[in-house]
Order: sequence, then structure tokens, then C-alpha cells
Amino acid sequence: MDLNYSPEELAFRDEVRAWLTKNLPAELKDKGHYSKEELLRWHRILAKKGWVAPAWPKEWGGTGWNVVQRYIFEEELGYAGGPMLIPFGLTMCAPVLLRFGTEAQKKRFLPRIYNGDDFWCQGYSEPGSGSDLASLKTKAVRNGERYVVNGQKIWTTLAHYADWIFCLVRTDPTVEKRQEGISFLLIDMKAPGITVRPLILMDGAHEVNEVFFDDVEVPAENLVHDEGKGWTVAKYLLGYERMNTGRIGESKRQLARLKEFASHQIRTNSRFRDRLSRLEIELIALEITNLRFLDRMRRTGQPPGADVSMLKIKGTEIQQGLTELAMECIDPLAGDEKSLALQKKYLTTRKTTIYAGSNEIQRNIIAKMTLGL
Amino acid sequence: MNFDYSEEQQLLADSVRRFLQNKYQFEDRKKIISGAGWSEEVWAQFAEMGLTALPVSPDYGGFGGGAVDLMSVMEAFGEALVVEPLLPTLAAARLVGRAGTSTQKKALLPAVADGRLRMAFAESPKANVVGAPAAHKLIVLAEENLFIVDAAEVPMQPYRTIDNMLAARIDFSPSKADLLAKGAGAAVEEALDFATALVCAEAVGAMKFACDTTLEYLKTRKQFGVPIGTFQALQHRIVDMFISHEQAKSMACLACSRVDSSANPDERARAVSAAKIRIADAARHVSQEAVQLHGGMGMSEELKVSHSFRRLTVLARQFGDADHHLQRFASL
Repeated sequence: MDLNYSPEELAFRDEVRAWLTKNLPAELKDKGHYSKEELLRWHRILAKKGWVAPAWPKEWGGTGWNVVQRYIFEEELGYAGGPMLIPFGLTMCAPVLLRFGTEAQKKRFLPRIYNGDDFWCQGYSEPGSGSDLASLKTKAVRNGERYVVNGQKIWTTLAHYADWIFCLVRTDPTVEKRQEGISFLLIDMKAPGITVRPLILMDGAHEVNEVFFDDVEVPAENLVHDEGKGWTVAKYLLGYERMNTGRIGESKRQLARLKEFASHQIRTNSRFRDRLSRLEIELIALEITNLRFLDRMRRTGQPPGADVSMLKIKGTEIQQGLTELAMECIDPLAGDEKSLALQKKYLTTRKTTIYAGSNEIQRNIIAKMTLGL
Repeated sequence: MNFDYSEEQQLLADSVRRFLQNKYQFEDRKKIISGAGWSEEVWAQFAEMGLTALPVSPDYGGFGGGAVDLMSVMEAFGEALVVEPLLPTLAAARLVGRAGTSTQKKALLPAVADGRLRMAFAESPKANVVGAPAAHKLIVLAEENLFIVDAAEVPMQPYRTIDNMLAARIDFSPSKADLLAKGAGAAVEEALDFATALVCAEAVGAMKFACDTTLEYLKTRKQFGVPIGTFQALQHRIVDMFISHEQAKSMACLACSRVDSSANPDERARAVSAAKIRIADAARHVSQEAVQLHGGMGMSEELKVSHSFRRLTVLARQFGDADHHLQRFASL
């Protein structure tokens, strides 16, 4: 056992860090919210370097890095403080196409995702289908070479930026096992009949939306995998998604910034100091737990197990803990710019334990899949 | 970066586990506890397997192993709730190895390595010393100085701790003692960090037992006509126990690894204190939930889970509780 990076791994980290320091524009660092142009600007800088989709196969632009290198890269990316790479195309739609898509679909969509030509969003949740996703009602009826889609999606992150949406839709309402009536469909956001309405969250920001489908026609070639196999696709994606939710590099940056910002409290309030220490230790532990999972994947060649859900649970608890401590360092009644930013950060970070499968759903997954309950 | 055990480490862990499975079931342990409180026969087996020689320097008949080499052994000890005083002996021997003169090392360490000499460590001149009744030599920390005392020279009343370890309350003040080291700050810190890392590993093993046995109980205990593990309120709680155990295990890996490889004492101390804080928190969480999810059965002396509760309660505090290590962590 050796918890230190090898000299090669350290050299790799230094190379990544040096490049990020040089190439991440200062004006893109540590902003609460980013415009579409800002998000795409950073995406394209990384695409030009060849680093925007490390995990993809090499023929589609992947870097060929091993899991540890990929982890180091992700952590450095988060630690650098730039905008988060929007996952919907790069790490959600693309892995699905690579696994289940036709050659034509891959050729059509992957290069455009890589280069940031298409901005993607995810159409999963519906007003009546949150944690119970398989109850979704948005329906797609096959009509010759087209599907006609009607229904509504909700909490659709950055739908107002998106060119495309990948959706779970109900293609067969009659099957007994409701999961088998669901299909995975790619829909052009410019198609007639789509309406995007903003949902403003409690920090006042516009990040999520409602998306309405009113007789939207979708070419049948945009179906991924077979009709009725959408749930298989969604489950595949879920495992993929959970591996990336620890967000450890980003939390390390927030921790370093908090320590600087809270230096007075740390010196004068030992209760605050101890809570911060415990949070820091939880983050250290999570990083090692994450590395242990990667090490297992590397050793066994197996995909991540259901227990990686704990990375999502712990990672988001840490993110919330950090914003909560930052909030405690300021006057909740203050109205200056710095205080407002921290107040809003605290507010918006409450979403993390709810989105991408609430932490309660993650616990259900571990209970069922890992513990056999 | 890798988390593999070497072939030797794996072989040793396997043989220790096999031995404990064959000869140290809960019923065997009960017999030991109701008798002398430790078993010379078991101790001889541990020595035979090389556990006493493992961390002793090759210059004195040992194998020169480190904390990582002992990690899976200590985990296995934690799972089986071993009562034989290996850790007190290894901690005291570490102090001799780090702080003693070569004459003292020659006199003590080869005997430790081949299992003839047991030792214990007292953190102050008036202390409750685990392992003392079975020990031949005691190492005492008095202010900044370390002394070696013959166990036979000090009056002691043996008793059992709440987790059934053999211990004695000792007042060393009028004792005849040999100086081991004067002002041995750095050496003592290092040896205590070594022992603390091993305590962390032992606690991880005890937590693993508590998690596993509780999971088994949730699957077999029926109420309202169904296994109680079908209730979501209980599922989420046992999931959190498993997460606590995994986070604790990660920190034990860090502590053992840093004890072995850190050139920088502050880096080592920071890792060990961080580990002890997380493990103290996890030990409390896991042990309390294990009892709660067992209901009344969790309270009973008959079940091993109540013994793991007691062991974890003690391990959470041994070699410094969370508050102590929070203070140290913040000062580094």
C-alpha cells in the first residue's frame, strides 16, 4: 500500500496544473453563475488542447489516460476554479451513444459534443415523477418515421441554453412492467412545439426550467437503443454519473478559500475551528475512499459498483457543510456584494443533496444493491 | 498510488484470520475472559506467526515491518475482539526501539520479537495500564522522560476494563526505574503515532464486525411478518453505518501509510490525528447504531455485538479522544 502518487503521476499532475494555471482565463474563475458563452469558452479551450473528454475512446477524442490520471485531471480541473464542464453532453449523452448508439448517431453527435457545437440538457424529471422516475408520463407515439412527443419535463438544468435534449419518454403505456415502456430519445430543442419556461430558485438565479412538448415531431433515427430499452440506458448512465459526483477538487478549493476567509473565526472560535477540521477530515477521507474505488476498478477491470453512491452522499454533504460554515462567518442581514454571494451560495447548494438522485435514493440503492436488503 | 497489500502482507493477514476463525470464535473468547483474561497459548501462536517480531528491527531479531504491515492484522484483531495484549507490547517496544540505548534494545527487543517478553505502556506515573498484569516490563512516561520499570517491582491490582481487557491501576511514584530517555519528545510522538494508527486499524475491524452482524440481523429478524431490513428507516441507518466504516477505513490507510513513509513529522502527526478524529466519530456512530438496530438483543451480554460496542467505546478514546486530536490537528 502506498498512498503517495508515483513520480510519473506527480509529473502528470504538475503538467496539468501548470497548463490550467496558464490557460484558465482569470475572469472565468470562482463565479457563482456562468453565461452560455463563458461555459462554452472554457469548454472550447479544453477541446482545443484535446482534454475536454478524457474518458472517451481515443478514436473519438479521448486521451487514453488511466483511471488515476483521469481522477487527477478532474481534481485539478475542479481545484483550478473554472466553470464546471457541463456534463449533459460530455459525460452523459456521449457515454450513452458510445455504448448504445448507432454509428450514424455517433458520427453525427459526438464531434459536435466534443467541440462544443451543441449544448445538451437532460429531460428526466417530470412534475409527477421525481424519485419515482419510472412513473414518467411524457409520451412518444410512433407515426411512420417519426415520434410525436407530448408532455412536460421539469428541473431541466440549462434548458434555456440547450440545442438538444435527451429524454426519457413513454413509448408503450400498455406493458405490465412500466420500465419496459420507456425509451431514450434525442430531441432538437428548436423543433416546433417545444416551450421552455424558467424556474427561479431561492437564490434568485435562473438555472433550471420547465420544458413543455406539444406535438413535437422527432425523427425515429433519434431513438437510442431499442424502443422500450430506455430504462436500461438510464441505469447505465446512473452508474456513470455517480462516479463523478464527489467533486473533490472543487471542495478542496472551497475549503482553502474558506480557511482564508474565516481566519478570524478559526483563531477566536474553537467550536467553529473544530467543525471546520471535521469537515476537512471528511473531505480527506472521501478523497481516499474515491481513490480506493478507482484502485478497485483498475485492479478488477470491473465498472463501479453501487457503493460508489456514497461518493455522491458524502461529496454533497461536504459541499453543503462548506457553504454553511462560510455563511456563519458573515452577517445574515448584510447586503454587501461579498456577503450576498456567500448567502446565495449557501442557498443554491441545498440542491446538491436533492439532484442527480436524492441522497435518500442513493441510500436506497446501496441498501438494495450492495447490502442486499 | 496503490492500496494493494504485498504478497507477504496478504499471506500474514490470511494466516491470522484463519487462526482466529478456527481458534478464536466468540465462544473461545468467552472461555478466555472467564479464566485468566488472556491466553498464553494464543499468545504463543501470535509469536509463532511472527506478530511480535514483525515491527521489531532486524538488528534485534525482528522483521522491521511498519504500520501498514500490521494494518490487516489489527483489523482482524478488531473483528475478533482479541483480548491478548499485543498492542501494548508493540507500542512499548516501539518506544524502546525509538528512544532506548543499544544496551536497552539488546536487552529487551529480541525477547519481544520471539514472544518471551510482554510489555505495556503507561502514559503517566499514575495511570490505568492496559496489558500490565500480563507484562514483564512497563514503559512509563513521566513528564518528558521515559522510564523502564520491572512489572514485578510495582504493586498492582489487576482488573478488567469495560471491554474485558486485562488492566491495572498503577501508581509508579516510589518505583525503582531505569531511565529510557530524557526529553524524548520526538521519539515518543513517533511511537505514539504508530500505536494510534494501529488502534485506528483495530477499530476499523471492530466496526466491520458491528456492521456485518447488524446487517445479518436486519435480514433475519422478523417483525410485522417481514424481515426488519425491509424497513426504509432502518435501511438508511445501516447504509450510514457502512459509509462511516468505509470513511474510517480510508483514514486508517492514510494514518498507517504516513506513519511508515512520512519524512516530515508534522505531516505524519496531522494524518494520524485526522484519522483518530474520524475513527473516534465513526466508532461512536457505528457502535451505538449497531446496538440500537439490534433492539433489546443489542444490550445483552450474550451477543458479541454488545462486546464490540464496549471495545469501540474504548478504542475511540485510546491514545487520545477526538477533542484531544482536534486540538493537535489544529495546531499543526
